Amino acid sequence: MNLKTLVWRELAERPSAMLTSTLTILLGVTALVAIRHVTVFSEREVGQQLQSLGANVLVLPKDATLQDYYSADLTERTLPESHVASILLENLPGVERLSPKLCVSAKVANRDVTLTGILPQSEFQAKSAWQSVSLFSNKHEGCKKAACGPKTYDAAPETLASERTIDQLKGNEAVIGADVAEFSGLKPGQSVELLGEKLQVLAVLPRTGTVDDSRVFAHLHTVQRLTNVGEVVNAIEVMGCCEDAAGGLVPKLAELLPDAKVVTISQVVSTQVGINRLMSQMSLFVLGILVIVGGASVASTVSSNVRERRREVGTLMALGATPSLVTRMFLLKAWTLGIVGAVGGSVLGLIVAMVLGSQWAGVTVQPLPDLIALSIGAALVITTLAALWPARSAAKLDPCCCFQEF
Amino acid sequence: MLHLQDITKVYRRRQEEVVAFKATSLDIGLGEYVAVVGPSGSGKTTLLSMLGGMLSPDTGKVWFGGESLYDLPINERTRRRREQIGFVFQTFNLVPYLTALENVQVPLFLHGVGKSEQRDRAVSLLEQVGLGNRIEHKPSELSTGQQQRVALARTLANNPRLILADEPTGNLDPDSREAVLSMFDNFVREGRTIVMVTHDPGAAARSSRRLCLNDGMLVTPHEIHTTKAA
Ligand SMILES: Nc1ncnc2c1ncn2[C@@H]1O[C@H](COP(=O)(O)OP(=O)(O)OP(=O)(O)O)[C@@H](O)[C@H]1O
Ligand SMILES: [Mg+2]
Repeated sequence: MNLKTLVWRELAERPSAMLTSTLTILLGVTALVAIRHVTVFSEREVGQQLQSLGANVLVLPKDATLQDYYSADLTERTLPESHVASILLENLPGVERLSPKLCVSAKVANRDVTLTGILPQSEFQAKSAWQSVSLFSNKHEGCKKAACGPKTYDAAPETLASERTIDQLKGNEAVIGADVAEFSGLKPGQSVELLGEKLQVLAVLPRTGTVDDSRVFAHLHTVQRLTNVGEVVNAIEVMGCCEDAAGGLVPKLAELLPDAKVVTISQVVSTQVGINRLMSQMSLFVLGILVIVGGASVASTVSSNVRERRREVGTLMALGATPSLVTRMFLLKAWTLGIVGAVGGSVLGLIVAMVLGSQWAGVTVQPLPDLIALSIGAALVITTLAALWPARSAAKLDPCCCFQEF
Repeated sequence: MLHLQDITKVYRRRQEEVVAFKATSLDIGLGEYVAVVGPSGSGKTTLLSMLGGMLSPDTGKVWFGGESLYDLPINERTRRRREQIGFVFQTFNLVPYLTALENVQVPLFLHGVGKSEQRDRAVSLLEQVGLGNRIEHKPSELSTGQQQRVALARTLANNPRLILADEPTGNLDPDSREAVLSMFDNFVREGRTIVMVTHDPGAAARSSRRLCLNDGMLVTPHEIHTTKAA
C-alpha cells in the first residue's frame, strides 16, 4: 500500500467519475498535437520549396500555373527567349543573375526524366549584344549586400545544385541529377543519349532531395534545337541580390513584359504560408481552450471528488494522514487523469496528423518528440494548477466528518 | 495520560450558539476503560474528537502524555494520533474500494512501514480478528460484523496506547458486539486505555468508569435522570 495504490484503486473502481475531464484533456491534446505536427511539417515543406526554387522572382507564361512550375516543370506554354535580352537591356537595379529554362521530357536508360535546358552564365558575358550593359552591377538603392568583385565564371558545375545557375556548359555537355546518375549508372566523362543526340556528362549533381535530382540539365540552345520548339523558354528565374530587391523587381518586370506572369517565390507559396499561419493561430486557440475548458473540467472533477470523499479524507486523517499527504493524494488523482489524457491525446493527435496531414495538406508527418513532450508537459501543468486549489481544500477539511453518518 | 483543563467548545451557526462541551477539569489515567454516555446531542462525539486531536477547543488545553495537544504543530499532532491513538467508528469507515487487507495496510503505510512488512502485519492482524480467509474481500462483500472486525484490525495496526471509540457496537448483532467488547477487554488488560462513547448499557457496564454528559456538561447519572424527568 502506498499513495499510488490508494489513488489507483479508487480510479480503477470508478473510472467514469474522471472520464469527462480525462476526455477533455485528451481531446485538447489531440487537437494541439495534430495541428502543431501538420503545421511544422507544412512549414518545413514550404521552406524546402523556397529552397528548391532558389530564384527570387519567376517570369512565367501568362496562363501557367505556379503548381505546374515547381512540381513538374513541364508545360506546353512558353515565353520567347528574347525576354531574357529585354530584361538584361533594361538593366534593372538589384538583378544579380538570370536563368532561362526550358523543360521537356526525355528518356535515359528507358526511364522518364526531365531534360532542362539552361543558359550558362558565361554566355551572358560573351553575347555581343549585351556587352554594352554593365552586367548585373546595377545595385538597387539601399542594398545591404556587399558588392561582389568582377565575376570570373569558373565555378564548378556542381554549384548548379545550390546556386541554380551554371557558369560554363557547352552545347554537347549535360549535367545529371543524383537520381538519374544512380539508376543509369552514368559517370562524368561518359556519354548519354538524349532525344537522339549523344551528350557528354560533365558532372553529377550532389543530392538535393528535390525534383532536381531526377533532372538532366543541358544547354538551352541544344534542347531548343533537339525539340524544334524555336527560341522559347518555359520560365526565366531572376535572382535578385536580396529579398528587398525581389519585391521591387516584380512591378518593373511586369511592366516590361506585359505578356508574362511575374511572381515572387514567396507568392508561389503564399497560400500555404497563409494556411500555416492560420494553423499556428489555431493551435494557440486550441491551447487556450485546453487551458480554460480542460482546467475548469479538472478543477470541478477534483473538487467534486473531494466533496464525495469527505468522510474518507476524515478517516485517513483520523488514522494519521497529514494535510500535505491529503493534498498529494488529490493531486495524484489529477495527474493520473492528466497523464492518461495527455499521452492518449498525443498518440491520437499523431495518428490524426499522419492520416489527415497527407490527405488534406499533402505533407508527410513524422513524430516530433519535443513537441509531444511539450504538449504532455503543458497538459500536466494545466491539470496541476487546476487541481491545486481543490486539493488544498481537501487538506483543510474538518477531520471530524469521519464521525458523521452519510 | 489525558487531562482536560478549562475546556469549552462552542458551535456558532448564524445567531445561535451551541455549547457542545464544557469542563473545568477531567483526568483519564493510563489503563482506564471509560464509557461516555448521554443523550443524543450531548457532546459525546465532540469530546472524543477533542481527545483525539481532531477538534481544537475554543478555550483550555488538552494534555496527552504530558504535551498540550493543540499547542503542537498540526503535523506533530497528526503524528501523535498516527502512532498512539486508534479510532473505532460506529459505521466502521472502511475505504470501500480497498480490500480488507489494504484497509488494514493504510495506517501502516501512513506510518512509513515497508511494503512486505505492511502485508505480513496486516495478514496477522486479520488472522487475529478471525478474518484470515477474507483478506481479499472488499467491505461490501463482508457482513457488518466482519467489517467492524476489519476496522478493529486497522485500529490495532500501529499498536496504539489509546482507543477512542464512537458507538463501536451501535450497528452490530449480539455475537459481533461480544467479539468487539472482548477485544476491548483484552486491550485494557494489557494496560492500555479506552474511551468509548456508547448507548449500550451492557457495554457501558464492562467499563471501569462512566462519564455522563448532558447538554455538553459532565454530570452524575442521577442528574441526567432528573433532567430527563423534567
Ligand atoms: N459541526 C457542527 N456544527 C454545529 N454544531 C455542531 C457541529 N457538530 C456538533 N454540533 C452540535 O454540538 C452538539 C454536540 O454534538 P455531538 O455530535 O458531540 O453530540 P453526540 O453526543 O455525539 O450525539 P449523538 O449521540 O447523536 O452522536 C449538538 O447539539 C450538535 O448539534
Ligand atoms: Mg456522536
